[in-house]
Amino acid sequence: MSIFEYNGSALIAMVGKNCFAIASDRRLGVQLQTIATDFQRIYKIHDRLFLGLSGLATDAQTLYQRLVFRHKLYQLREERVMKPETFASMVSALLYEKRFGPYFCQPVIAGLGDEDKPFICTMDSIGAKELAKDFVVTGTASESLYGACEAMFKPDMEAEELFETISQALLSSVDRDCLSGWGGHVYVVTPTEVKERILKGRMD
Amino acid sequence: MECVFGLVGEGFAVVAADTSAVHSILVHKSNEDKIMVLDSHKLIAASGEPGDRVQFTEYIQKNVALYQFRNGIPLTTAAAANFTRGELATALRKNPYSVNILLAGYDKETGPALYYIDYIATLHKVDKGAFGYGSYFSLSTMDRHYHSRMSVEEAIDLVDKCIVEIRSRLVVAPPNFVIKIVDKDGAREYAWRETVKDSIASSA
Repeated sequence: MSIFEYNGSALIAMVGKNCFAIASDRRLGVQLQTIATDFQRIYKIHDRLFLGLSGLATDAQTLYQRLVFRHKLYQLREERVMKPETFASMVSALLYEKRFGPYFCQPVIAGLGDEDKPFICTMDSIGAKELAKDFVVTGTASESLYGACEAMFKPDMEAEELFETISQALLSSVDRDCLSGWGGHVYVVTPTEVKERILKGRMD
Repeated sequence: MECVFGLVGEGFAVVAADTSAVHSILVHKSNEDKIMVLDSHKLIAASGEPGDRVQFTEYIQKNVALYQFRNGIPLTTAAAANFTRGELATALRKNPYSVNILLAGYDKETGPALYYIDYIATLHKVDKGAFGYGSYFSLSTMDRHYHSRMSVEEAIDLVDKCIVEIRSRLVVAPPNFVIKIVDKDGAREYAWRETVKDSIASSA
């Protein structure tokens, strides 16, 4: 079993009309055994920037702590929050620093940039950025997630429709993956508010 | 075949651990206490490599005490858990400790808490947790009978059910267990569950 599949995870980020949604599963496992069904994979960096970390849970926690530290310092020095594109570059640099002893994580970054334009990107464990205009997925269920998102996605969806689409894509994909699931955690972010919802799916 | 498990009840947290010190096929002793009293209101139940277990938990205990000496107030359970995770994470890519930990504590403000910290420094706050081969039996038993805000009697009854299950279903089941509890009155030993008594002068 690969080290990326040790804990199990599933993450999606999707772009809508002046909004974005980011969703994750809730399972924390140790290979075949489930330890918890309320594990947090998506972190808020600031009101308009969210980070999802899939892969090995310990590295996700370490990476999150390092990134929050760097962002807080940036905020103190610059007296403003980071733009999503800047944050993505910082994550990429941090990951490549460990090129020959990497963090076993694949991040998903989603944020609202200038003029409320949604920005999403993902990268591999050594920081190769992949920008997308529609959706990005990572985790043990990534192949299913690609298929589900490709089928269900339409451009310029409003917040409510985006929520439905991302939820259905997540739940249907994790149902085919034994290492992820046990519900879902969805954040839908518009320029005015952040809506956090918990999904109840197949609990197995 | 080390078994460690614990759960959170109404105003208390209880942890149980087996008490066998084993080296390959030889049982050195059957009354090894694997649950260390970290400070007045914290317990650390550890399983894993014996040398690492004792060295690491003593290191954590001394650092927690040092904080209290320096700052005049004790660490909260969450802070102690995060400190422990940090030490494990720092050592992970240099000189890893093979110790799995259940950290149980009671804070006046937040009540009882149980933290699951595995050997690769994955940290998660849980209501019930377990390590080792015994976890396959104890987690399922706890899933069946656990509910939030259990009384001490109900929780000890559940712990006993788990011990019975481990004894009957695990091929090299440890004979003896120790149960420790932490609540507003502090961390203390609750009971032993022995089937084999260690005596110096055994029958000739």
